[in-house]
Amino acid sequence: MTVELGHFALILALVIAVVQGTVPIVGAHRNHAAWMDLARTAALAQFALVAMSFGCLMHAYVTSDFSVLNVAMNSHSSKPLLYKISGTWGNHEGSMLLWVLILTVFGAAAAAFGGNLPPTLRARALAVQAWIAIGFYLFILLTSNPFERLVPAAVDGRGLNPLLQDPGLAFHPPFLYLGYVGFSMAFSFSIAALIEGRVDAAWARWVRPWTLAAWTFLTIGITLGSWWAYYELGWGGWWFWDPVENASFMPWLAGTALLHSAIVVEKRDTLKGWTVFLAIVTFGLSLLGTFLVRSGVLTSVHAFATDPARGVFILLLLVIIIGGSFALFAWRGPSLRGGGMFRPISREGGLLLNNLLLSTAAASVLLGTLYPLMLESVGGGKVSVGPPFFNAVFIPLMAPLVVAMAVGALLPWKRADIASALKRLWLAALVAAAAVAATWTVYADAPLVGLVGMGLAAWLFVGTLVELAGRIRLLRATPGESLRRFATLPRAAWGMTLAHAGLAVAIAGMTGAGVWKVESIQVMAPGETVNVGGYDYLFEGAERSRGPNYTILGGRFTVTRDGRPVTTLFPEKRTYPVEGRQTTEAAIHTTFWGDLYAVIGDPAGNDGGYVTRIYFNPLVAWMWGGVAIMVVGGMLSLTDRRHRVGAPTRRRTTGRAKPAPAEA
Amino acid sequence: MKPKHRRLTFVLIGLGLLGVAAALVLSAFDEAIVFFRSPTELVEKPEIGDRRLRVGGLVEEGSVERGGGADVRFRITDLENAVPVLYTGILPDLFREGQGVVAEGRMEDGVFIADGILAKHDENYMPPEVADALKKSGQWQHMREKLEESGQMTKDKAQ
Repeated sequence: MTVELGHFALILALVIAVVQGTVPIVGAHRNHAAWMDLARTAALAQFALVAMSFGCLMHAYVTSDFSVLNVAMNSHSSKPLLYKISGTWGNHEGSMLLWVLILTVFGAAAAAFGGNLPPTLRARALAVQAWIAIGFYLFILLTSNPFERLVPAAVDGRGLNPLLQDPGLAFHPPFLYLGYVGFSMAFSFSIAALIEGRVDAAWARWVRPWTLAAWTFLTIGITLGSWWAYYELGWGGWWFWDPVENASFMPWLAGTALLHSAIVVEKRDTLKGWTVFLAIVTFGLSLLGTFLVRSGVLTSVHAFATDPARGVFILLLLVIIIGGSFALFAWRGPSLRGGGMFRPISREGGLLLNNLLLSTAAASVLLGTLYPLMLESVGGGKVSVGPPFFNAVFIPLMAPLVVAMAVGALLPWKRADIASALKRLWLAALVAAAAVAATWTVYADAPLVGLVGMGLAAWLFVGTLVELAGRIRLLRATPGESLRRFATLPRAAWGMTLAHAGLAVAIAGMTGAGVWKVESIQVMAPGETVNVGGYDYLFEGAERSRGPNYTILGGRFTVTRDGRPVTTLFPEKRTYPVEGRQTTEAAIHTTFWGDLYAVIGDPAGNDGGYVTRIYFNPLVAWMWGGVAIMVVGGMLSLTDRRHRVGAPTRRRTTGRAKPAPAEA
Repeated sequence: MKPKHRRLTFVLIGLGLLGVAAALVLSAFDEAIVFFRSPTELVEKPEIGDRRLRVGGLVEEGSVERGGGADVRFRITDLENAVPVLYTGILPDLFREGQGVVAEGRMEDGVFIADGILAKHDENYMPPEVADALKKSGQWQHMREKLEESGQMTKDKAQ
């Protein structure tokens, strides 16, 4: 019964979305307040209905209702509760329902917290949100209905793909979607602004925190996925430039650019057309990502079974949304005139350079990702574009960006003197040179990319600290005055400092893990030792045991360095009898300078030996730590009062309106 | 500087960046593109095996042999022709006889030396290239039935 209720709620949400997509638009055109206000009620109702629908599906998963086809195909009664819950979105149908749920969460948030927005803008933006929602409701109801019944009911389910039965991956899709769909906010407000023909500081003040929130979630989502690939797949790597990975990385690049250009719109009232364009591109790339992952048009190591009919539907949706937006932009875009003037060497100029480099990077990732499709469609044969291409194109584009980041943050608005900014960075240059020299000393045969990476990381880190020191007037004012400034620094400033410093730490980690990885594959019998990256791994043997819904083949390595004990590693190979599948659980011991990483494979040889794969991955902890610092920076910035006060005062107080949009 | 000049400066910088990117793309593509070949194509035109490529098909039943050390030998087939493969390392968890597989590497003396086996996350997933290779060899219909039987491919759900 609950299942039918969920299905019905979703259909009702579609009907409400149709109303929300039409009436407020007409109301905004005729300046009819009640018609415009309908959008807010409708958005909240949509959210309530989809939440109920999603709750019904989750209920079916938790109670293992195998009369539902989706549950029978993707769940099993013996699964731990966490994976029964995450199983709700661990399949195509459920994940699309999660997608619209998050879309309605953002719509409801705009309705509830948007009390201080101009009513016409809010009505139009909510209508645009409803159009997107209509597309996805139709997609779910027509091609991917999660509420389809199975008659007669199955005795038990087929189980969830064991690779997905993992805490890292259980929460990867919700965060990724919060990021993808979060950009819909910037998109809807851009379309609404194009319809109105007006973009102003109030618009940017509203769009910025939402973009920042989406960016923060997307960063968490991508990192969770990467982290999962690192410890679960047992390949010792964390990024493979695979189409599915690129699909989430392109919106991140464009979203990062959007985040920076929205600052210019807010502070300087210029770059408006470009910012609106970026908002459309960012959300378009999010949709493209959904399409690439869900259609299976590209061969991916991360691909799951797909159905071509669904791919065509999403492609159609993509063409309508992106095509329509660009057409509207071409028509109305020229009317968005910028106000503030600036010289090329200025903070605006720096942010624009950031935008150009990030968009070029996003465009080249897009080119590499779609090239196989383009070539095939003109009959050029089947190809794949691998990591050599992306490394060769992406890294040279990012290097100047990192150099410019440290400088740009020091430039004042309007016009600046680059020489004085560079003079302030002497310390950063010195430390960068020292970092290169130190790397050279440790690894005499270091490749150029390793030296440059370490140098850039040091340059950016120290450059960011120099900017912070300048803000608190360190050594220029009295220590007490500096301390007072330090304590009262706006949170948005802390956000920037942390995000830039975090990126610096992450660059050092990625360089270390990418360039100086040590890998060793061999057959080891119990009692044998292998030396990898300066550590001795003694294989003590393997034995079998049981987990909650799987059996374990667990290996045991005692690791020593120069005879001193370091740790004991227990890599596992798990067999899930329900699904008839195996997974690899790498054993990882994290140290400050690198991860010790061991994987056990199949039995080999006649004396009880196993194939083993052992890695030393330098500085991996720096990479995760750096990203964590960036995320903290994003969240801290979201709590800044400046994102709330200073926005146009509220027209009237409504019972629903809560004061803090940025805290959602 | 007049606004017109300012805009021109940025347009020029933007174009310059695009130019650099395009140059990087073109220089990189030559090495970075990996062609996909089916076993039949490799057998009929062995000269295409001189560069790095991907071979896809099914792991031939009964062909998997574990050699000394971490070496694994097997054959990739499109049910018309088969290519012997040598791989050193731990095979992906979903590697099985009769399953679809994509290997990356190069041909050496008639043996495909693979340095990567594409792992899949889902046993119902069939890489599109493998499906195409089987379609080309005319064995698709036969294969499809077999795959549906073994549960590797779901039948189209009747709506």
